[in-house]
Order: sequence, then structure tokens, then C-alpha cells
Amino acid sequence: MALSMLGTKIGMTRMFTESGANVPVTVIQVGPCVVTQVKTPERDGYAAVQIGYHDAKPRRSPMPIIGHDAKAGAAPKRFHREFRVEPDEVETYTLGQELTVEQLEGLAFVDVIGTSKGKGFQGVMKRHNFAGLEASHGVERKHRSAGSIGGHATNLGTGPKPKKGKRMAGHMGAERVTVRSLDVISIDKEQGLLMVKGPVPGANKGMVEIRTPSRLYAPKARRQRETTKNAG
Amino acid sequence: MNAQQIIESVVQDQIKTDLPRMDVGDTINVHTRIIEGDKERIQVYQGVLISRRGRGINEMITVRRIVDGQGVERVFPLNSPRIAKFEIVRNGDARRAKLYFLRDRVGKSRRLRDRRRGLKHLEGARAKR
Repeated sequence: MALSMLGTKIGMTRMFTESGANVPVTVIQVGPCVVTQVKTPERDGYAAVQIGYHDAKPRRSPMPIIGHDAKAGAAPKRFHREFRVEPDEVETYTLGQELTVEQLEGLAFVDVIGTSKGKGFQGVMKRHNFAGLEASHGVERKHRSAGSIGGHATNLGTGPKPKKGKRMAGHMGAERVTVRSLDVISIDKEQGLLMVKGPVPGANKGMVEIRTPSRLYAPKARRQRETTKNAG
Repeated sequence: MNAQQIIESVVQDQIKTDLPRMDVGDTINVHTRIIEGDKERIQVYQGVLISRRGRGINEMITVRRIVDGQGVERVFPLNSPRIAKFEIVRNGDARRAKLYFLRDRVGKSRRLRDRRRGLKHLEGARAKR
């Protein structure tokens, strides 16, 4: 079942497991999200659910958003996202329904999507993990440069320009980043918190999207198969 | 609740409340749980508490001892379940928060005087708790 929720990154801390292992944990405040639109194949051509998160001041919201969210009986929301569902699943969602962290209960893994911290204009060593030039052997003032960027591009014919998308220095960060297959450590239903293992993109207080894992990394998929086999 | 309070509330139940009062300069025994296969035993590590840092669940102590003439420092998370208990052997007199100068000391000068000053004050504080 595909499901996507919105939340806020609160920050990181550590937790100890029963055996004493120290686990780095990111605390995410999940929802409550409101279903602001249900899209059906008959009406919209595809099945999807649109959710809204984070109350915005009506005074600062555009009229179309206020009207759209009012149809779901909700205050205007700051963020809206849509996720596709199976056509026969779409009836399980109703307009105005509230989605909380409880929807994520029972999941062993989640994907988290956020906007990474902006790093400004960065060189190739930081931005693309280039090795740079040598420290000595006659290298002067070019220790962190990229080296040659080559000549005539193949997708421009034999032209005077380098190929499009050539990795160079430039703006880094502040882009959409997905972290897949994060372990769910625990869920706090009272406060609507989700604890996942490891870091999550973006600064604290940043908006993040939490979704059911689209495709697990191989070792985690194996682990999940084994646990479900033992349970069943 | 602000973000800091939320994070603290998440780890609240993992923070130990039964810790003895330990100050920098004290000689302590750290009882660590060692798991070998399916057996568990306790190993005791004795040394001088030379540094204490962090807050809440992140609190760490550094314990220094001399093994075969070689200085050894171990850092323990206070709240780790792998630590069964702490025991205070001696109260040493320390006039600073970090006793890193002990690393350069050899022989008798490595020892700390027993603490006498300020103890009355500490007793009072403990009674108030």
C-alpha cells in the first residue's frame, strides 16, 4: 500500500537498544495531515490522494488554496502533496480524513524526502567528490581543481563546447534528496512522532515527506523477508 | 513544546535516575556487561574520572587508569544499558573540570588528594534532593 505523509524534522538524538547498542535517531513530527482531495480514475483519469500539512494563516494564504482546503473542511494548509494509490484502494480515503503517524504503524522501513541544506557555490572536490590535483610534483595553485574538462561534446556534434551536464563547480545543496529504506525505530502516537535510524536531509524544522518504501535496499529487503517468514 | 523538549521527552525513559553522585577526580568502578556468545558477565574497570561532558542521554565520562605502565582512557556513555552500575571508591580533590593534566604526570604526582573541602556543602545539596 502506497502512502505518503508530511512532517517536520525535529532533530537528532541517540537511543539505546535493549542489548545496549547505541542508535543515532532522527525525530520527525509526522502530520496530522488532512486529505484535501481524492482523485478517482473516473473523474481525474488516475487514482491519487492529495494531502495537506501545516496550518497556514488564512490572511497569508491565496484564495484558491483557502477554498480548496475548505472543501475538505480544513483550515488552509501550507504544504500539499499528492501520492498515487491503486484504483481499488482509493475508496479507503475520504475527503477531510485526518492521517496521523498511526498510519505508519507496523512499517519496518520508510523513505524520507527532504530539501538538503544549501551549501552555496562549491568546488568540484566537495560537490562531486573529485580527487583534485596533486599536492606537489610541480602543481601550483591548482590543488583543488578539476583538471581537464575535455573537448568537443558528443551530444553537440564536434563543437567547441564541453558536454552538457559536465560536472563542474557550482551551486550545491538546497535540492530534493530522498533517503531510502530508513529503519523505523519507534513511533510515539501521543505526540505524533516517528523515530528513524540515521540522518534525514535538511535542517531542523524543515518539511520532510515520509512514504512507504518504494524499493528496499537489498540487505534490508532480505531482512524483511526473513522477519515476515518467521512471523507467518 | 519546543524542539529540544520534544527530543528530551523521547529519550526520557532511557535516562538513568539511580546514578550515584560522581565528580571529576573521583576514583570509580565501572561495572560493564560483557556478552560472550549467550553468556553475560560483568567486568569491572577502575580508574580516575577525569572528564564529564554532555547533557541528558548524551552524557559521557572519561575514566583513566594505568595498565602495565601504559595509560588507558575509556569513555562511557552514562546511560548505556551495557553499564550495570558505577561505584565510587575514593573522592579525589579536583580544582578543575577536566583533569587532562594527569596524562603528563608520572609516579606519585599522578595521585589526587582526598577531597576534604566543600564536602559539607555537597552533603547539604544531596540532602535537599
